[in-house]
Amino acid sequence: MSFLSTHQSGPFTHQVSSVQKTMFTVLLALMPATAFNLYLFGWPAILLFTVTIGSCVAAEAVCLMLAGQPTKAALSDYSAALSGWLLAMSLPPWAPWWIGVLGAVFAIGLAKHTFGGIGQNMFNPAMVARVALLVSFPVVMTAWVMPHPLFSAGAPGLADAIAITFGGQVPDSVSAASALGYVKTELSRGIPVTQSIAHVPDLMDMALGTRAGSLGETSAVLILAGGLFLMAKRIISWHTPVAVMGSLFLMGTLFHAIDPARYTDGLFHLMSGATFLGAFFICTDYVTSPVSKKGQLIFGAGCGMLTWTIRTYAGYPEGMAFAVLLMNSLTPIIDQYTRPRAFGRTLKGEPLPLEGKL
Amino acid sequence: MLMAVGSLTVMGIALGGILGAAARFLAVEENPLEEELKAMLPGSQCGQCGYVGCGQAAAALARGEAPVTLCPPGGRAVAEALAKRLGVTADLSEHEEKGPEYAVIIEELCIGCTRCIKECSVDAIMGANKLMHTVIADACHGCAKCIKVCPTDAIEMRPVPMTLSNWHWAKPETEHTLH
Amino acid sequence: MKLFPIRGGIHPDYRKELASEKAIVALPLPATLYIPLQMHIGAPAEVLVNEGDLVKKGQMIARSGGAVSVPQHAPTSGRIQAITQIVAPHPSGLAQTTIVIEADGKDEWAELPEPIADPFAADTFAINERVAASGIVGMGGAAFPSAVKLSLGTLKKLDTLLLNGAECEPYLTCDDRVMREYADEIIDGARIMAHALGAPKVVIAIEQNKPQAIDIMTKAAAAFAEIAVVGVPVQYPMGSERHLVQAITGRETPARKLTADIGVVVHNVATARAVHHAVRFGRPLVSRVVTVSGGAVREPNNIEAPIGARVADLIAFCGGFEAEPASLVNGGPMMGQPLPSLDAPVVKGMSGILALTAAEINQQPASACIRCGSCVTICPCGLVPVEMAAFIRKDNFEVAARLGVMDCVSCGSCSWVCPSHIPLVQYFNYAKGMINIQERERRKNDQTRILAEAHTQRVEKAAAEKAAALAAKKAQAAAAAAAKQKDETPA
Repeated sequence: MSFLSTHQSGPFTHQVSSVQKTMFTVLLALMPATAFNLYLFGWPAILLFTVTIGSCVAAEAVCLMLAGQPTKAALSDYSAALSGWLLAMSLPPWAPWWIGVLGAVFAIGLAKHTFGGIGQNMFNPAMVARVALLVSFPVVMTAWVMPHPLFSAGAPGLADAIAITFGGQVPDSVSAASALGYVKTELSRGIPVTQSIAHVPDLMDMALGTRAGSLGETSAVLILAGGLFLMAKRIISWHTPVAVMGSLFLMGTLFHAIDPARYTDGLFHLMSGATFLGAFFICTDYVTSPVSKKGQLIFGAGCGMLTWTIRTYAGYPEGMAFAVLLMNSLTPIIDQYTRPRAFGRTLKGEPLPLEGKL
Repeated sequence: MLMAVGSLTVMGIALGGILGAAARFLAVEENPLEEELKAMLPGSQCGQCGYVGCGQAAAALARGEAPVTLCPPGGRAVAEALAKRLGVTADLSEHEEKGPEYAVIIEELCIGCTRCIKECSVDAIMGANKLMHTVIADACHGCAKCIKVCPTDAIEMRPVPMTLSNWHWAKPETEHTLH
Repeated sequence: MKLFPIRGGIHPDYRKELASEKAIVALPLPATLYIPLQMHIGAPAEVLVNEGDLVKKGQMIARSGGAVSVPQHAPTSGRIQAITQIVAPHPSGLAQTTIVIEADGKDEWAELPEPIADPFAADTFAINERVAASGIVGMGGAAFPSAVKLSLGTLKKLDTLLLNGAECEPYLTCDDRVMREYADEIIDGARIMAHALGAPKVVIAIEQNKPQAIDIMTKAAAAFAEIAVVGVPVQYPMGSERHLVQAITGRETPARKLTADIGVVVHNVATARAVHHAVRFGRPLVSRVVTVSGGAVREPNNIEAPIGARVADLIAFCGGFEAEPASLVNGGPMMGQPLPSLDAPVVKGMSGILALTAAEINQQPASACIRCGSCVTICPCGLVPVEMAAFIRKDNFEVAARLGVMDCVSCGSCSWVCPSHIPLVQYFNYAKGMINIQERERRKNDQTRILAEAHTQRVEKAAAEKAAALAAKKAQAAAAAAAKQKDETPA
C-alpha cells in the first residue's frame, strides 16, 4: 500500500486558506465603494475601470508567458486584478483609455514582474503606476470632474462616454478641482486656508463621496466599511490603518493649531484625498509592507506623516502614493529591526539570564 | 566654476590624505593566513588533494591556487570554513554527491601485514602482525591512504551508512518561484 | 489559579470527537511482536537474548545502552523468533534491529522486581533506578528516558512537577481517556515522581476542551493538598513543554536551558501512570494507549496495545480502512511523522496512529509567498518563519541559525496557517538536520586533527628513540672497537 509520501513532513492538516481566497476577499471589500463610485461618475468611469483591469490581467499573462511560467494558475490568484482595481480607483474617472493601459504596463510590467512576479515586488504596483502616470501626464491625471451620477440629467450616456474615454473629448465645463488641490492652489495665490476651506465640499459630502476626485478618493464611508470587513475577516489588522490615519490626523491637528491660516485641520486631512483607501487598502498590501505588527505600526505612521508633509509642502496636492512608495523602500529595514523577541531570548537574541527567574 | 573645481580638489586631496594616513597608522598586522588555513585542515597529510601534505595545501589555498573544496576527507564542513575565511563562495555540489566515506577491511583478504596500520595517520586501524585488522569506523576520516599500501586489495571505501540517528528531512521540493 | 498568556498559536479543527467517547480497549494479543532496540532518544538498547530463547512477559530482553538509554522488555511470553532488521516507525523508512517475539498465547508474567513498599520513604535513587529498569520514556511523543529527567531533582532546585495533560494535538484522545479512566493511577504516579524530584508542588494542566477529564482528575486529586488540577486555554501548541510552563508559572525558559533550570519538570500524564505501575507493581513499560483515528479509519478507537504490535494489527482491530488514506501518521497531525509502512511496530512514544483522507489534510501545491505575515503573528517561539525559510531555500544555514531556526520547536503552526501552503516546517527540519550534520563533521574534523597530531608525535618520538638507540649502539661499537684495539696494541 502506498501513501501520499513520506518525503513530506507535517503538519497533516491545514487551515482553509489560499492566496486566491485572500485576494478575492479584498476585491469583495472594495466592491461597495467601487459600485457606488462607478454610479457617481457614470459610463466613462465604468469604461476606464474595465479597460484598466483588463489591461492589468493581460499584462500579467504576457509577463508570465515571457517568463515561461504557467499562466493559468497564476492568473487565477486575482492578484493582477486587484492591482488593476486599485490603480483604476486612483485614476481620474474620466481619464482616457490609454491612461489605464499605460498604467497596467507600469504596474504589472515594471513594478511587479521586473522584480520577479507575485510576492517579489518591492513597491506597490498600483502606486508605482499612479506616480509614473502623474509625473508623465500631469494634466490628464489631475483633470477631475464633479460627480455625474448614472441616468441623472447631464450625465453622459454610453455613446458620450465612449467619446470621452476613447476619443479624449472631455467637455471643458465639467472639470473641477479636488478639495486638496483647490486649497493648495488658493494657498499659492495667497488666500489663507481659513478662507479657501469655505469653498470646498463640507466634511459630510466628502465622507459620502459626492465631490470631485478619483474613484477611490470619494466615499470614505464605503471604503471604511470595506476596511472593517477585511478586519473582521482577519485579512488585515487594525495596526496599519490606525497608524496611517492617526499620524495624519495628529500632524494635521497639531499644525492647524499652530497656524490655522497656513495648515488645514486634521479632520480635513482624514476625509480628503485617498486617506481611507490608502490606510485600508494600499498601506496594508502584504507584499510591500512589513510582516510584523510592530513593523506595520511604524510603516503606517511613516506613511501618514509623509502624506501630510507632501500634501502640505510639496508641489502635488495629494501625497499618499509618494508616501507609500517611500515607505515601501524602507520595508526591508523595518522588517529587520522589528523582528519579534524569540522565546527564551532577549531582544538582542541572547538567551535570557537565569538569575531572578526563580 | 573655479570655486567648485577648487573645492572638490581640496576635498579630494584632504580625504585621500586621511585615508592614506589611516592605512599607515591603523594598519592591522597581516594575518598569518597560511597557518590559519592549515589549522582548519584535518592535518592527516593524506595527500588526496594532490599536495604533499596539509601545509602545502594551505599554502596553495593562501596563494589562491587551490579550490576550497580540495580536501575530500574534510568534507563540507572544512570547505565551508575555508570559503568563509577566504571570503569566497564554495561550490559544494560535488560534496553533495559524494557523502562521507570510511574504510572497511575485507576479512577474507587481509593477511595481517600491518602496512595499513603504519600508514594510518589517525590510528584508526587495529590489529597485529599475522592477525586480521579492523577499522574503527568512528575514528576513520576516509582519507583512503591505507588502500594504496594494501598488498591484497583488502580495503575498500564505503559511504557512511544512513541511520535513524543521522537521517534528516530533505529540502522541500518546491515550485518555480517562492518567496 | 492565575494563568499567563503564551505568544501566538493557532486554533486548528480538533476532530477529537471521533475517538473521545471510546473507552480504552485492550488489543487482542497479536501472534508476533516486534521490539525495536531504539524507540527513545539516546543510545539503542543492547540485546540480551538469542534466537530461540523463551521469554516471559516483562522480562528484560535488551539492556540500557548508555547513560541516556532505556532497556526493552518482552511485552508477552513466547519465543524469540529472530533478531533482525524491521522497518522503523520513522519517516526515513529505514529498518532497525528489532527483536521478533512469537507469542505463546499464555501471556505469562516473568518474576517481577518487588514493589517498592513505601515509595514516599524510599530515596530518589531507588525510585529512579526502578523507573530506569522499567524502560519508561516520555509517552507524550518525545520518548526521552524518564529516569534521566527524574534525576534532575538531585542537580537543581525544583518547586513544581508539571503533569502535561494538555493534549493539544487534534484527533488525539489517549491522554484524555487515560485521565478519565485511570485518574487514581496517574495521581499516585505523579506523587511518586514529585517525591523523587523533591518538588513540593504538582500541577496537572489539562486543556479546557476536556471537561470530563478535568472533573475526574480534580476529584481524584482532592485528597492531596499539594496537587492542583488546572484547565488551560485551548490554544495549540499549549502542550509544548516550555509554553505550558510559561502558561502555568509565568516563567520563560531561557534558550538552550531546561525547564528544570527555572524550577519545573514536565512529565506526560501517561508517563505518571507507567511510573505508578513500575513502582507499585514492579511492572515494566510493555504496553501503552494509542489513539487510532482519522477519516479513513472505519471505527476510531483508543487501544491499549502491547509495545511491538504492528500498526496493521491496530488498524485491523478498528475495522480497517473506510477509504484509501492519503497519509498515515505516527502521532498527531501537527507534529506527527509520516509512517512508512503498516508493518512498523507500535513504540513507546506513539500516541496516535492517524489514517487521514486528502480532504482532512487539505494539502495544496505551494505557491509564492505573499508576505502576509501570518506566520510571524502565530509563531509561538517569536521567530520570523518567512525570513528563515527564504534563507534556507538558498541553503544559507548560517543566517537561518542566527535568525533562530534552532529555537524552532517544529510545532507546525506556520505551515498550517500559510495561505500559500509553503512547507515551512519542512524547511526548518531540513535546516536543523543540515546544521547538526555540519556540527558533527566539525567535531569529527577536530577529533581527526587531534588523532593525527598524536600520531605524528608518536612517530617522531619513535624515530627519535630509534635514532638515539642507533647512536648508542654505534657509540658502544666504537668503544668496543677502541678497547679491542687497545687490547691488541701491546701485542
